[in-house]
Amino acid sequence: MSTITLPTPPVLNPPASLEASASENPERLLELSLGPQHPSTHGVFRMNVVLDGERVVRLKPVFGYLHRNHEKIAENETYLGNMPYTDRLDYICSLTNNWAYALAVEKLAGIPVPERAEYLRVITAELTRLLNHAALVGFLLQDMGASGTPLMYAFREREKILDLFEALTGARMMCNYMRFGGCRVDAPAGWLDQARKVVADFPKFLDEFEKLLVSNEILMERTQGVGVLSRELAISSAISGPMARASGLNYDIRKVDCYGIYPRFSFRVPLGSHGDVYDRYMIRILEMRESLKILEQALRDIPEGPILDPKSKPRGFRPKPGECYGRIEAPKGELGFYLISDGSPNPYRYRVRPPSLINLTVLEDLCLGHNVADVVVILGSVDIVLGEVDR
Amino acid sequence: MIGTGILKGLAETARNFFLSYVSKDRLTTVQYPEQRLPQIEAARNFPFLVYDGAEWDAGMRCVACQICEKECPPKCIFIEKSKDKKPDAVGKPQFYPARFDIDISVCMSCQICVEVCPFDAIKMDVEFDLPTDDRFAGLMLDRHKLSKSNEYYHEIHPTEATAVDTALDAERAKAAAAKAAAAAPKPASPAATAASAASTPKPTEGESK
Amino acid sequence: MDLATIQSELEVSVPGCRLQIVDNPSPCVQHSLVVDAEHAVLVATYLQDFLHFDYCSNVTGVDWLPKELSEKIKVKKTVDGPNGPEEKEVDEVRKTSVPGYLEVVYHLFSTTDRTGPLPLRMRTAGREVGGEATLLPSLTPVWRSCEFQEREVYDLFGIHFEGHPDLRRLLMWDEFTDHPMRRDYVDPDDYEYEPTAHDEVLARMRQHYSTQPGPAFGDLPQGGGQ
Repeated sequence: MSTITLPTPPVLNPPASLEASASENPERLLELSLGPQHPSTHGVFRMNVVLDGERVVRLKPVFGYLHRNHEKIAENETYLGNMPYTDRLDYICSLTNNWAYALAVEKLAGIPVPERAEYLRVITAELTRLLNHAALVGFLLQDMGASGTPLMYAFREREKILDLFEALTGARMMCNYMRFGGCRVDAPAGWLDQARKVVADFPKFLDEFEKLLVSNEILMERTQGVGVLSRELAISSAISGPMARASGLNYDIRKVDCYGIYPRFSFRVPLGSHGDVYDRYMIRILEMRESLKILEQALRDIPEGPILDPKSKPRGFRPKPGECYGRIEAPKGELGFYLISDGSPNPYRYRVRPPSLINLTVLEDLCLGHNVADVVVILGSVDIVLGEVDR
Repeated sequence: MIGTGILKGLAETARNFFLSYVSKDRLTTVQYPEQRLPQIEAARNFPFLVYDGAEWDAGMRCVACQICEKECPPKCIFIEKSKDKKPDAVGKPQFYPARFDIDISVCMSCQICVEVCPFDAIKMDVEFDLPTDDRFAGLMLDRHKLSKSNEYYHEIHPTEATAVDTALDAERAKAAAAKAAAAAPKPASPAATAASAASTPKPTEGESK
Repeated sequence: MDLATIQSELEVSVPGCRLQIVDNPSPCVQHSLVVDAEHAVLVATYLQDFLHFDYCSNVTGVDWLPKELSEKIKVKKTVDGPNGPEEKEVDEVRKTSVPGYLEVVYHLFSTTDRTGPLPLRMRTAGREVGGEATLLPSLTPVWRSCEFQEREVYDLFGIHFEGHPDLRRLLMWDEFTDHPMRRDYVDPDDYEYEPTAHDEVLARMRQHYSTQPGPAFGDLPQGGGQ
């Protein structure tokens, strides 16, 4: 019989050198509250940091400023009525939120999805991944002091994709596009060609972006070796998405769960070896290139056909009692929905597994021993959106 | 030499700056409000009620079935049915809304009301220029402010409006044919009776679930 | 590895643990394993070290209110018949009350074996706030990802986790007293005046404000219309 050794609970200790100097002179320590109104904290997010000079000795994140009790609202709304609320979780990537919810409900009720709808889902999800990573890279550079220029280049490219979304779904940001059994409307005439053009022009922007920044000395000094996340800590803390892959954990839900029609597309999963901020930044640029590959394949192979399961209707959806956990690889990590149905039109329990919140578990570990200026950069590389952290 | 990376970056920025004089792709700023971007057809903002014909009061397609009120997720639609009936888009006497208010400070433009409406009576508008100095009553649109003509609908969403018109015309034709067959004198031969029985349509738009 | 095998292996390796498989009728076939609170940490450690479930992705709480089940059953009873007392089968309604409880559900994955969700559940003894009934062991020592999520379950449901390194509220502010995600949570009556109120919001407004609003809000709907 194998013996089980109980694990010791995690205790966070700042490095010995800091602890020693701090304990000699407790008046040296400065407790500072970064946020909740702060231009670089990506939303209403607060960090209580205890500093020894400029070095971080303790860091406690405080959030809940954007808590709207989305899960309780969802218990009082129908399944379809919850779809627009999922847009507002990770408000930059509304289409992947929609897909995760639609996937969870389809798994719960066993609803099939027609092929053209699956292709449209993949196309919109990968375009959303481009949107998110471009915004993130732009914001990360802005946080490092590049005062807006790379951010505006990234936003210039995002505008083209947002125009595509507006033509397809009607809205740039709160798309409300997926339905249980497919998508709401089909792509209008000329949309696919416009999408092909955007995808064909995007690599030029990525090349420019890389030339602008990849060998920039300031960037390398500020990001290499900063905020190192080890692979073991990443697995134990259930870190997902580009942050986990930067630490060497080869876990991409598109390859593991094989949801939708992802097995048809050939793409690689970039992995990092150091787990520092630089790796997380480069992984996102590489993931944008892989997304472009998927998009080219999907836009080439998309078939004609219906976009919604013929048996689905907009009103009166009542899944049979049961429960389901459905997840997708959202741009920020593993976005999962856990639904318990009791046969009524409203879900009994609706839970969002937010990647941003779970990725924040290790924020203190990453920031200890670094300067205050690095805290902002590390937070930027974690990629949080408060709508998802707080729901 | 230290600094080559920064110089390369600055070269990219300079290239972008000078090329913006020649390439439209790089000069993306639109001097709003003097210049405006062309409206994308599928865009949506807040809902509006469609009316056919010249009179907004008489031509409103809405029959106050209250389905949109029930399905609206943030519950921003408030409807009160009328006491009397008037003929609807197809000619059948229907109720109409005595009060139809949308609180656009609550509305989240999700478009679910449009999806569930069985009468094509409520559609999405693209008007975003809605400033008001009264943040309560100014943002509560009543049915007069919400009613816009079918011609306006054709202007803002031409493809959708044409499809809706085709469908409604088909329904009107079917209803007219049914009326004509019912008004025709009773035929003698059994074949003609069978034909008229087949052409009697099952009640369609009259039924609200 | 299917759930029955996991259950039998755990029952051998962690003596005394009480496990139960809960069937999931939905087509996604994600049956859960209920573990008792006493042996939960040992079971979790075994799952992590020997069955390679090293990734605890999702921790959530569920509130099951007490409910009363009534079923119609046939009972043999002596009834007065036309020929004197006789045995007959009568329909009787039997009511059973199921006590309420709170539940914590952990979704476990394996990064090495790439296996799908194993939902692990722990049930409390009751629903009283702050008492012994809502005490459960924390699995944060096993999987670090439970740290924030168990704090959230404590905040929103009221389950107290023993052994958690830093159990305090996560989303609500620290001085808040109730647990919002419980099914019987009642909103506090902190009403704010809203002149364009309708229906139930208007009714609540009338409870708080006895006088009508002034002429600036003249076209407040009074239940009539245009």
